[in-house]
Amino acid sequence: MRRAYFKNNWIAAALVAPQLLIIFVFFYWPTAQALYWAFTLEQPWGGGNQWVGLENFQAIVEDEYYWNSVMVSIIFAFFSTLLSMGMALVLAIAADRQLNGYKFYRVGLIWPYAVAAPAVGLAFRFIFNPSAGLLSHLNQIWPGIWDPIMNGDHALAMVIFAGAWKQVAYNFIFFLAGLQAIPRSLTEASAMDGAGVLRRVRDIQLPLLAPTAFFLLVINITDSFTDSFGIVDTMTAGGPARATDLMVFKIYEDGFRGLDYSGAAAQSIILMLLVMVLTFFQFRYIERRVHYT
Amino acid sequence: MRFPILAAAAGIAALAAGPASADPIKFEYWYGLSGHLGEVVQQTCERFNQSQSEFEIVCVGQDGYAQAVQNSIAAFRAGKHPTIVQAYDAGTADLMMSGEFYPVQQMMADFNIAIDWDNYFPGISNYYASSKGELFSMPFNSSTAVMYYNIADLKKAGVDTPPATWEEFGADLEKLKASGKECPFAYAPSSWVDLEQFSMAHNVPIATNNNGYDGLDAELVFNTTVHVQHMENLKRWRDDGLLQIRTSQGGLNARDSFAQGECSFYFGSIASHATVHSVATSDLTWDVAMLPIYEGYERHNTVVGGASLWVLSKKTEAEYRGAAAYLGFLATPESERFWSSNTGYIPVTKTGFKNLKDSGFYDNAPYKGREVAIESLTYTEPGPLTRGIRLGGFIQIRKEWTGEIEAAFAGKKTIQEALDAAAERGNAAITKFARLYKGKSLP
Repeated sequence: MRRAYFKNNWIAAALVAPQLLIIFVFFYWPTAQALYWAFTLEQPWGGGNQWVGLENFQAIVEDEYYWNSVMVSIIFAFFSTLLSMGMALVLAIAADRQLNGYKFYRVGLIWPYAVAAPAVGLAFRFIFNPSAGLLSHLNQIWPGIWDPIMNGDHALAMVIFAGAWKQVAYNFIFFLAGLQAIPRSLTEASAMDGAGVLRRVRDIQLPLLAPTAFFLLVINITDSFTDSFGIVDTMTAGGPARATDLMVFKIYEDGFRGLDYSGAAAQSIILMLLVMVLTFFQFRYIERRVHYT
Repeated sequence: MRFPILAAAAGIAALAAGPASADPIKFEYWYGLSGHLGEVVQQTCERFNQSQSEFEIVCVGQDGYAQAVQNSIAAFRAGKHPTIVQAYDAGTADLMMSGEFYPVQQMMADFNIAIDWDNYFPGISNYYASSKGELFSMPFNSSTAVMYYNIADLKKAGVDTPPATWEEFGADLEKLKASGKECPFAYAPSSWVDLEQFSMAHNVPIATNNNGYDGLDAELVFNTTVHVQHMENLKRWRDDGLLQIRTSQGGLNARDSFAQGECSFYFGSIASHATVHSVATSDLTWDVAMLPIYEGYERHNTVVGGASLWVLSKKTEAEYRGAAAYLGFLATPESERFWSSNTGYIPVTKTGFKNLKDSGFYDNAPYKGREVAIESLTYTEPGPLTRGIRLGGFIQIRKEWTGEIEAAFAGKKTIQEALDAAAERGNAAITKFARLYKGKSLP
């Protein structure tokens, strides 16, 4: 492998400086600020603060509703990732097979990614509306079978579905690109050997898609922990009875609405660590099964 | 549809005003009201700018009370805050403790703008005043909770007068159901109505220390009062099919369910009076009444809700002069009339109310009925338990209450268990707030 070296380190430093500056200003600085607040009691209007050590963290881990929030977030991350990657994979394989009209929906499927999360939430609020939406027909046959307003499980399912839907387009693009990168000769050869569609998917396409799938897994899990705020905010506001109180939503509620800056800062530190640990485990244990060509 | 016309009229007025002479002193005002109400706020700004040429107020909508406060905080920390911010009732304690404001009563005196502070309804001014009675912020959009009822539905069920007690209310729900009404009562858990206004009207405490006015170390006691019985009744009515939960997330919220005639009762702010009128189906006959109370309790005044205008610290003298002029402008009878007639909010001064009443404002639709709010607010002189609520972390307390009540309504726990948990968790928020401002006391 060939590498390029700069003779003059100052030029190198000057070239990376803007990038480092951006990372510092938009990542390390806020993170350091949050870290500091997490160990203090910070007055919202900036009147001063006092060092309280680990007290904020202690209050959080002793709070049963915080653990509820962690559980809800993990369930949300798992199912929305599973659902969106599953749907995207099926759609990508279908698009890759060049079935009728594939050109149209290859483009059409990319659009949902451009829809903002709150708009997705609003749209699904209508779809899942128990008295006027699509699912209200179920309620007419069996009254009360679909009640996301009072039933926490229904509300969570609804949020998961909306979250997954939003991610499908993104996953679809990557899966389709991954599939198109698989040499045609491989699939053609196996087809001549008599392998059917599903057999080719299982033995050739899926194993070769593993690096793409792994990348998407990491991105989706991270995304579902950190980017699910808009959907929850418009669809359920964390309710009913905290059934959809995702960690990122709770941080917003406690910090910005409830003006508990320190508690929210401590929660975001925990969330950051959780995402880092999860990512680490994915690289450590799942990536080993991935073969890069 | 009223407001497109109003908006168009305002637009034409703005064009007609033309450029102002010299360079006026600019200052900012951030408000939380949105939609139609936000447009009316914008019109008060335009009216002010046209009324004089020395100052120019720049009004920026923040799309929500909570956003107005949190954006102001963020801006304040960066030194780019507005001169005036509209802050909601629940955020009062935080602002008071911060000390980062210019008390309006002080400011108006400093700039020689005469305001008759005794003219304000005591139920309104007490909420925003220090323990010594000095007003810290300017009462602005003020409301209280009332009962909206459908006259025709009640008549059909054989009820001629709106219920004055909760016992009658429960009986009326039964009758409505018997008369074939699918949804007698549209409900959504609201701590403002079910806990705060309810406790004031019954003269029962929400927290010790006179609802927090006497010190930061208050403790919540709403899990020991008639409030528990009330919430149990609400749950029973729901289980009996007399009450339906209506929220925006589920489609029609309680107000719109009422306005479209689906449900016969709903409780909410008097500020919705104008909205109900504009949303209501043409054949809807309805009116408002004071909140019912339980038998054996004496009715007391309810408390003001809504928001007030705070003048923040660290601004220039010129900006304060402008802010004082604007607040003085808002306090004029004409402005008060403009504000109250274009929104459902009530006039905040005694003379403002009297002027409207004498001119026959409340005699005919669409304004008829709004005087009920004043009647409710001034039913008795505000006492130690009906002055208002001065609890730190109150926004959190409201949230805990809502979360627990939702759990109880979903059948996960009993009302008593839910309210006990809400009180305990709310107390933790109060304690944390007291520690946050260690060594300080309420001004």
